[in-house]
Amino acid sequence: MANTRLRIVLAEDAVLLREGLVELLERFGHRAVAAVGDSRDLIKAVEEHRPDIVVTDVRMPPDFNDDGLRSAMELRGRYPDLAVLVLTQYAATAYACELLESGEHSRGGLGYLLKDRIGGVAEFLEVVESVAAGGTVIDPEVVRLMLRRRQMNEPLGRLTSRERAVLGLMAEGRMNADIAAALHVSQPTVAKSIGSIFLKLGLSEGDGHRRVLAVLTFLRS
Amino acid sequence: MEVRPPDAAPHPAPLNCRQALLRGPGALLTSSWPWRSLGYLLCGALVVFVAIGAAMKGPLHIDRMPAYAQLLVMLLLPAVVGMPVAATERLRLRLVDAEPVGNPHVTPDQPGLRAWLRLRVGEAATWREFGYTIALTVVLPLIDLGGVLLVGCVVLLIAAPFVAPFAGLGPLVVFGCWHIRSLPDRALVVLLGVALLPAAAYTVTALAAGRAEFVRLLLAPRESEVLARVQELTRSRIRLADAFEAERRRIERDLHDGAQQRLAGLIMTLGIAEHGLQQERSDGARLVARARKEAEGVQADLRELIRGIYPRLLTDRGVPAAVAEVADRCPVPVRVDIAMAQRLVPAVEAVAYFALQEALTNVVKHSRARTAWVTGRQEGDSLVLRVGDDGVGGARSEDGRGLQGLADRVAVVGGRLKLSSPPGGPTELVVELPWRTPDCG
Repeated sequence: MANTRLRIVLAEDAVLLREGLVELLERFGHRAVAAVGDSRDLIKAVEEHRPDIVVTDVRMPPDFNDDGLRSAMELRGRYPDLAVLVLTQYAATAYACELLESGEHSRGGLGYLLKDRIGGVAEFLEVVESVAAGGTVIDPEVVRLMLRRRQMNEPLGRLTSRERAVLGLMAEGRMNADIAAALHVSQPTVAKSIGSIFLKLGLSEGDGHRRVLAVLTFLRS
Repeated sequence: MEVRPPDAAPHPAPLNCRQALLRGPGALLTSSWPWRSLGYLLCGALVVFVAIGAAMKGPLHIDRMPAYAQLLVMLLLPAVVGMPVAATERLRLRLVDAEPVGNPHVTPDQPGLRAWLRLRVGEAATWREFGYTIALTVVLPLIDLGGVLLVGCVVLLIAAPFVAPFAGLGPLVVFGCWHIRSLPDRALVVLLGVALLPAAAYTVTALAAGRAEFVRLLLAPRESEVLARVQELTRSRIRLADAFEAERRRIERDLHDGAQQRLAGLIMTLGIAEHGLQQERSDGARLVARARKEAEGVQADLRELIRGIYPRLLTDRGVPAAVAEVADRCPVPVRVDIAMAQRLVPAVEAVAYFALQEALTNVVKHSRARTAWVTGRQEGDSLVLRVGDDGVGGARSEDGRGLQGLADRVAVVGGRLKLSSPPGGPTELVVELPWRTPDCG
């Protein structure tokens, strides 16, 4: 793997970790052309060295908020070929999504990885190299959270088969008694299903024609 | 005149002697109020006598001073003793008024005698107390004494005919010219005394009521002073909550910058060692691998802990993003829909976040819900957050410390909490938060 000797700019404000990372990367044949502890220095270092890949922390000076992440997004916007790997302690889908959405013209690789993964040295180096080669790597933990949220936001996906049937009949304009007869259940059961549908579609009582809105959601899907 | 709504109980027990006066004569005379009034005036007269006596004959010996010095002391003394005298008078008022009188003074917010003095001199309440103390030495003793003497006279009328023969006082003379000698005369005097008793009782009660009114007028906190105290309390409560939040943030930062980074370094070092030992197939390689796995477990635990203390995302991205993350980790599927045009102030933001987190924890623990949802909308000057679920319902805000703690936290920033949870569900919790805290505007 050392045949692709990468030129890396590293940004990490914890000195020990920064030095450890430099040592790790150099041990496996890459070159840290700059190792900085401040997000402003990160941008300067990239301007100066034009590295193959930037590896950066999220929380960094000067503000100790998400300075590292913001610098990474800015760099992605500015240098279309630059690969960016964000190393972080935050398993936050919000940060990962922002990173993914940044730099619309960027062709460079992208990574969002928890810092624990550095311990699996071989896998970590693979990630660095694959991001440098233009790949996208998102931490499995973050991916898991993202998938959960997607399922959650698919409103009809959360309905049971009975509820879906009720909603279908509602869309045909049938009243509760008709629906009950068609599905061979009691009217209170139908009413309960409808209440549950309203709840799952997020239609609260203030929304007016909940029946119509529910049907509209059904027809749109 | 006391105004009572027509459907109120016909005779609630009077709270003070003024209310007692407005009752029928029977009600007043059989009650304890005349006695309490008499006691009030009596101890007032006593206090004044003792105070004046101590001033005249005590260590100061005012009576031996030159006239100008006497005048000076008369003015200075009330200024010095005004506050303790006023405190005593407020306390003494409880004899004839069940409703306590609050302290009109504001608590100084700086330490030291100078700050205290500056505050006190500037306060209207101090000067009212000064005025009261002057009145206490000039006018009020007359009222106290008048009441006490009146009752004394009546008692004397009743008692004198019985006492006189034994005491050897000589012939009893009433009104200067009425010499009492015969038995019918004596009986007449006793009857006169008894007949005057109700009038005396009324007068004493009225005097006490007037005096109590005067005390309230000068020594009770004015509305603006009550308001100032409430504001001061509100401010201190917000300061406390802010300090608490700041401390959480500090702990989060320290853990992140300290323990978490060093642990990451340790995991990396163990990883490198493991990688180097991999070819050897030795025990050492296995042990290092195990150590790395453990360190990674600790790191994961630490990450959860830190998120619980203070979520970084809240500072960086605000309530919607931070709550979405909580929802992502919630075992019950939660749909989050929070729309906010602007960020809240940090104190309110923290309350909003922790309120929603607590509410979702309750959903998971108690509701047996299959789904839950969170919405947030700006309504007027407040942010209205709603947390609902399709669970079993029956939650009550009196149950458990969770909801009560939540209500307390929301109240600190001037917000409100409403819970609707009929048995059988669905449960909806509404948290209304002001855009700003009551104090930071």
